Amino acid sequence: MKYFDVVIIGGGPAGMAAAIGAREQGASVAILERDVRLGGILNQCIHNGFGLHYFGEELTGPEYAERFRQKVLADSGIDVYLEAMVLSLTENKIVTAVSPADGLIEISAGSVVLAMGCRERSAGAIGLIGTRPAGIYTAGMAQRLSNVDGYLVGKEVVILGSGDIGLIMARRMTSEGAKVKLVMEIMPFSSGLKRNIVQCLQDYDIPLRYSTTVTRVTGKERLTGVYIAPVDEKRNPILEQEEYIPCDTLLLSVGLIPENDLIAGSAIEMSPVTSGAVVDEYRQTSVPGIFSAGNVLHVHDLVDNVSEEAYVAGRAAAKYAAGAIEDAPIVAVRAGAGVRYALPQRIHRGEGTVRLYFRVDKVYRGMTVTARSEGVLLKKKKTMVLAPGEMQYIEIDKSLVTGDISVALEE
Amino acid sequence: MDTTCIMCPMGCALTITEENGVVTVTGNTCPRGEKYGVLEYTDPKRMVTTLVRVKGGGVLSVKTSAPIRKALVPSALQAAAGVLLDHSVRAGDVVLADVAGSGENYIATADLVYTEKK
Amino acid sequence: MNGYDVIVIGGGVVGTAVLRSLSAYRAKVLLLEKSSDVACGSSRANSGIVHAGYDAETGTKKAYFNVKGAAMYRALTEELDVPYKKVGSLVAARKDGLPALQALCDRGIANGVDVRIIGREEILALEPNIADDIEYALYAPEAGIVSPYQLTIAQADHAVVNGAEVRLEEKVIAIDREQDGFVVRTQKGEYHTRYVVNAAGAGGAEVNALVGEEAYTETHAAGDYFILDRKESGVVRTVVFPLPDERGKGILVAPTADGNVILGPTSRKVPHEEAEENAVTAAGLQYVREGVARLMKNVNVRSAIRVYAGTRTAIGSDFIIEESKKVAGFYMLLGICSPGLTSAPAIGEYVAEEIAGKLSLEKKYAIRPLPASFRFREATPQEIALKAQEDPAFGRIVCRCEKVTEGEIVRAVHSPVPARTVDAVKRRVRAGMGRCQGGFCQPRVMEILSRELGIPMTSVRKGDAGSEIAPYEVKDGYEIL
Repeated sequence: MKYFDVVIIGGGPAGMAAAIGAREQGASVAILERDVRLGGILNQCIHNGFGLHYFGEELTGPEYAERFRQKVLADSGIDVYLEAMVLSLTENKIVTAVSPADGLIEISAGSVVLAMGCRERSAGAIGLIGTRPAGIYTAGMAQRLSNVDGYLVGKEVVILGSGDIGLIMARRMTSEGAKVKLVMEIMPFSSGLKRNIVQCLQDYDIPLRYSTTVTRVTGKERLTGVYIAPVDEKRNPILEQEEYIPCDTLLLSVGLIPENDLIAGSAIEMSPVTSGAVVDEYRQTSVPGIFSAGNVLHVHDLVDNVSEEAYVAGRAAAKYAAGAIEDAPIVAVRAGAGVRYALPQRIHRGEGTVRLYFRVDKVYRGMTVTARSEGVLLKKKKTMVLAPGEMQYIEIDKSLVTGDISVALEE
Repeated sequence: MDTTCIMCPMGCALTITEENGVVTVTGNTCPRGEKYGVLEYTDPKRMVTTLVRVKGGGVLSVKTSAPIRKALVPSALQAAAGVLLDHSVRAGDVVLADVAGSGENYIATADLVYTEKK
Repeated sequence: MNGYDVIVIGGGVVGTAVLRSLSAYRAKVLLLEKSSDVACGSSRANSGIVHAGYDAETGTKKAYFNVKGAAMYRALTEELDVPYKKVGSLVAARKDGLPALQALCDRGIANGVDVRIIGREEILALEPNIADDIEYALYAPEAGIVSPYQLTIAQADHAVVNGAEVRLEEKVIAIDREQDGFVVRTQKGEYHTRYVVNAAGAGGAEVNALVGEEAYTETHAAGDYFILDRKESGVVRTVVFPLPDERGKGILVAPTADGNVILGPTSRKVPHEEAEENAVTAAGLQYVREGVARLMKNVNVRSAIRVYAGTRTAIGSDFIIEESKKVAGFYMLLGICSPGLTSAPAIGEYVAEEIAGKLSLEKKYAIRPLPASFRFREATPQEIALKAQEDPAFGRIVCRCEKVTEGEIVRAVHSPVPARTVDAVKRRVRAGMGRCQGGFCQPRVMEILSRELGIPMTSVRKGDAGSEIAPYEVKDGYEIL
């Protein structure tokens, strides 16, 4: 059985950055990627907006991926297995995968970095009412068919969900010859960037309706239309105000779910809020030697943050494989008032700074973010506006930490 | 003109008016917003990221070498539709020069290995 | 001039059972199916239950064929390698339901079924999550679960392997009498036959009308279902029913033969025009949620990966299984609603025997078996290593959620009844039936279909004509000068 110091599951932006982080510590590295090339979801994100923080330039998805891919492929210390699907990961870090080139692959790992990314919520998961015709897709599926394969899924489009993927696809479909009639959002606000609202919808005169949802779909072989309705404060449709919109395509951009199937039922502690693992500041999970980074840990907005996080995880994974042990006392990091979750969920006491990432539970204006440890203020940050769709962080000095930390919003 | 400022998550609703050649921005909460409003009104520009078709099947992602005047975007998209790539390119290569008279080019954002299909 | 002995109209579980039983005789048999695949009607979306047989009224065809069919399932599913589990069933009742339960028990015994009433303690041992107010249950250990569409497909494949013909996307538009038989016309061809079997399900009355037989009054009932994520599979072990009422057996909670959990169905009357629409309704799903809550605790409906509706067609209160008295040679299999799936193998055998007798068909000496299938998700590491080495297509996983390889998909495209659409592939190998519902695999399945069928991606369909998934190329709508 082959041995690698660090085995990375997933060759997208997280996996590649983790590999680079691990290599800088001199570890032997393997990446197992299920697609025909490295790059992950970036390969189909042909719009720009990536890399402003990490590279100081605005790049498109493929360009951002290529920066990392080139580094990875040039490094002979990183073995890349393509079209390799990981089937199992045991607690003693035996990774089993299968690929057409290598058949059954069994690798022993010193440490593992989980970098499997996330999947989209499906029509079934939201209990979409009505018939089951062709013409209903997740936004990512339409994106792949368009940007990788060169096909347009339909001509008269309605989009449910105003997160960035939905907004980007509104522009993509329009640019490729379709008519996007409407973008709907069940919440009273969008989780997408303002820039995308302006440059994907307003630029193209595509209407956006908040607090609205699809109540049912019609059509036998192909979608013929959707019924939509406004929703009340409980997000239940007000059926008396239902209206019908003829269309042949419905794109769903209704949520991303970290792809943690591989570790379901394992000893790795999971957070029900993030649907990812519970980790420390090195992104190590509750199982020593297993690390997690990127969208599989918590869904990110900026790939730049994914790369930074994964780099940290890769470097720590390499140190673990080399026998380093961090045994400083642990404190918990909790989400306080207004905060939906904070990550990492625990940190070690000691020296240096650490960024506590968090998301708020709704839109707030003029609040102050605080990090307190046993009531003592570690850091505070005044903000103008905080939105659930934009991951934030507050940086604290570990040497000031005496006990469990709470990240909260205060007036 | 009404628009939303994109400089920060505040997303202030801007109203931009012009009178006697003077452009006024209201609704902004900071100077960046004012600058943005003026620019959006007088000389709005956009990056265009799109696809070009490859002969024999397939597509290649491209982008304009810099933001172009917003009014030229529809013509730029039309121009992309007219391209049929029949040779290999590397990321950064020019795929179409002077898109829609903008002075900017479409450059490839990924490598393409072109193979002749029978 | 083609000459068949029997043409079967309708490729559901009943039609394919008849075809398969007939293929054991020296006969020329043909099945005509209007959709792009078999198992596209009621056989596609139902509860997948092999009923023990206590529910049907004693002395009816339903009772007879239910009990006979249920006894055939173990051997049949083993022979055809179709997922089936004999999990047993419980009709759960509160204190005041005991008399009704007793009546059901008596009927079961009269029908020749192994049933008995058990008390709460025994119920809890079988189903720890049963609702708190359930005191008694009718326990039938012979009940089971099966994949209805996989059974249908396997029956059809087996029939074709043994010389039968299946023609897809051929809707019967005319049936005329001629000497010694019929001419059956579809939009694609004309077929001469001695006997016709009408197994057209929701379209049964229409086919009857084509031949001048009485157009029975059909009632179509739609049923809404939830399919839950595999991770919920521990919540129920048997098929749990409520006491039946005039609408039917009620909303059940059961495992599926593929490891998920199924909740449903409701029973909503739909008009004939909507009988094949299969639209799931919000009210129906809410009804299912309420029905489930009355039966079991801890059923996590939020982890549903799919909701859908199926339709069943009934005529009166019993099956119609008989040769037409008006039109000799025209055999009707109509109103085969619940327990239709259970009864299908027995109906197939019975009808084949009847017709064989009438046509003096000889039985074959030997039947060809279905070729063994490799299922990646059921294979051991050694089997996988060997198979992937032999053919790298079996080392390329396309559907990650259900662990389906390219090799299996390619084989499905080229199976005896070929899979020509994304849904047909899905029904055969489960690609797209997992948690992500095709998010990762659908474009790849499309690429394989495009390549194996030699059709452009823009022609790859989800199901029947008009269901192309990506019907345009990018830039469509721009005038390319």
